[in-house]
Amino acid sequence: MSKHTLSVLVENKPGVLARVSGLFSRRGFNIDSLAVGETENPQVSRITIVVNADESPLEQVTKQLNKLVNVLKIVELDPVQSVQRELVLVKVRAERTVRSQVMETVDLFRARVIDVAPDTLTIEATGTADKLDALLRDLEPYGIKEMVQSGMVAIGRGSRSITTGPALRAA
Amino acid sequence: MTRPTPETIAQRIHANPATVAAASTAHPPVPTAAPARPAPASPVRATGAGSLVKSLEALGVDVAFGIPGGAILPAYDPLYDSTVRHILVRHEQGAGHAATGYAQATGKVGVCIATSGPGATNLVTPIADAYMDSVPIVAITGQVPRPAIGTDAFQEADIQGITLPITKHNYLIQTADEIPRVLAEAFHLASTGRPGPVLVDIPKDILQAQTTFSWPPTLDLPGYRPTLHPHGKQIREAARLMSSARRPVLYVGGGVLKAGATESLRTLAERTGIPVVTTLMARGAFPDSHRQHLGMPGMHGTVAAVYALQKADLLVALGARFDDRVTGKLDSFAPDAAIVHADIDPAEIGKNRAADVPIVGDAKFVIDELIGAVAAEETAGRTGDRTAWWAQLDDLRHRYPLGYDEPSDGTLAPQYVIERLGKTAGPDAIYCAGVGQHQMWASQFISYEKPHTWLNSGGAGTMGYAVPAAMGAKVGKPDAVVWAIDGDGCFQMTSQELATCALEGIPIKVAIINNGNLGMVRQWQTLFYGERYSNTDLGTHKHRIPDFVKLAEALGCIGLRCESAADVDQTIEAAMAINDAPVVVDFVVGKDAMVWPMVAAGTSNDEIMFARGVRPAFDEDEL
Repeated sequence: MSKHTLSVLVENKPGVLARVSGLFSRRGFNIDSLAVGETENPQVSRITIVVNADESPLEQVTKQLNKLVNVLKIVELDPVQSVQRELVLVKVRAERTVRSQVMETVDLFRARVIDVAPDTLTIEATGTADKLDALLRDLEPYGIKEMVQSGMVAIGRGSRSITTGPALRAA
Repeated sequence: MTRPTPETIAQRIHANPATVAAASTAHPPVPTAAPARPAPASPVRATGAGSLVKSLEALGVDVAFGIPGGAILPAYDPLYDSTVRHILVRHEQGAGHAATGYAQATGKVGVCIATSGPGATNLVTPIADAYMDSVPIVAITGQVPRPAIGTDAFQEADIQGITLPITKHNYLIQTADEIPRVLAEAFHLASTGRPGPVLVDIPKDILQAQTTFSWPPTLDLPGYRPTLHPHGKQIREAARLMSSARRPVLYVGGGVLKAGATESLRTLAERTGIPVVTTLMARGAFPDSHRQHLGMPGMHGTVAAVYALQKADLLVALGARFDDRVTGKLDSFAPDAAIVHADIDPAEIGKNRAADVPIVGDAKFVIDELIGAVAAEETAGRTGDRTAWWAQLDDLRHRYPLGYDEPSDGTLAPQYVIERLGKTAGPDAIYCAGVGQHQMWASQFISYEKPHTWLNSGGAGTMGYAVPAAMGAKVGKPDAVVWAIDGDGCFQMTSQELATCALEGIPIKVAIINNGNLGMVRQWQTLFYGERYSNTDLGTHKHRIPDFVKLAEALGCIGLRCESAADVDQTIEAAMAINDAPVVVDFVVGKDAMVWPMVAAGTSNDEIMFARGVRPAFDEDEL
């Protein structure tokens, strides 16, 4: 099994996410990560799905996804040929004695402090899953009080765009 | 980007699917073109319900099966004086299967209507059934008013959510203005590409709202582009394999019927001389009497058909999906065969068995192009020699024909009843089976010569399918003799629709193959559960409850009973002579008859049993 990132362009209509996610569970797939949002065309949404699957079942689920009437286009993004980002917000214990050490870690990872309380710092960081894992590992010893993580979003490198094509123009 | 229009939809609904597919691809419709029927209606004021009924009329719907109720009630008012004939069924499941039977017999879209909540959920079984067998139906359901949605209101059910995995697509209408477009889209989706059920859920307040109805609407389906025309390179590769194969088989599925490709199939088969097998969904796609036809493959297929698939060096699958009932244990299915797999649904290709030559396209175009490509191979002097292959297959056909033993206890053989029924009613009748032993015997012992004369619930295996589906078929084909061949178990699930048939003047004929038991389950208990008959005796023999003759009469039908072989012919003839009322014949048959041949579930096709304890002797040395 290996990780695959699918960019699924769908019509921005009610219920489409349920159709897509339902199809994954129905065909026995676990979604590792999911992110949904509008694209430059407000009638089109983009769902980024990360799944752990073998090549042949992945092909089957991609074909089944393509059959959904509201699905416009599916592209599998190559990890090398694309840029992937996740966002994490993390509330870390940071008493006066260790605060500067925590700040140092934040700087090291080019993260940002977005909220300050007497005993905690809330940190925002973006990056690949690996980088965020590393950040969290380094923050762990101080005590993570709360954490929230987004699904992964990804976009291909270079000037080509996947949001063009007849189906998307029509939408 | 070419979008479908109501014009093309109306054509698809009314004409032969094959010619329509050809026409619609050859001449892409102009989105704003005037429809063939009806004339473009200038916008008129209407309620949502009025707009719904006008849309159905504009789509050429001649009949709908349904039951009114609170949420759908506004729609029934304009329906009262519509050209759409509404047939009031007794249970929504009956409406759904009737729509399916209508669609399978005519090739047109079947329509069923139900109210919200339990009305809608009663449609779930027939919708799932139509989904599994790719039948074009449109289900219209009432929904609670929009402000009540999500409040667990009276008779509220999230039918869009419930039917998500069992529809090709579904809608919850959001505004009255979109009713014509959604209906047109629903019919287009149901009937094109790989056909299937589409559900349209309409909240009551939208049915009551004021709107304007205008026709034709413009469809908005940017993500829906079925591939009809196969890739030329793949076709040539398939033809090359076909001309060089020594042991090829045409493995024909229901897609060939849906594409209207049966004539083309015959041309291809005769041109190449390749043996043909037809799956349960494809019975009638190739004449049973044809010399090249080996019969049905699969769990209860003929020895010759099963053997041909197992020993083939090339399978050309046309509109078939390598279902587990055909392949048996997948790992050992057709181990030496290269696979050419043609289907209109790309997701079917490679789903169960990897394809060496995948072909995405409508079966009509695929087969027509294969004929051309095979001819080119012939011209180039490449034709396969299948003399040895045919010698083996003919030998098997000769040694292991379909047959049955007379019951040793002197009871009536169910196979005999079905065989005689097929002989008497002939190849122009439509036969509609339930699910179980009687279904298998009906597929084995009736000779199907013409497309759309065999209707059954194949993929879903829905008991209770036969009576309502026969009703729908008879409505669609009023001049055809329509026989429901049903089991006593199946019959009791949906027999209430006989009241509908009696009152609406739908004179179907029902042959109950009454063995007093859930026969197929009992057969498995005999073979695999040590003859422990847990909960399979229905009491229809022992207690004669219900008495099917009396039940038929109570439902406004004519009831006949036949208990001996000597009476079979004259009973069938008596039933055939009645054309002004539905007839039910209670054929009381032996309970111990079994369906043979059989490939037990989960075993390899190589393990096919010709009869209990009898394995066919394949001469392995010849291969």
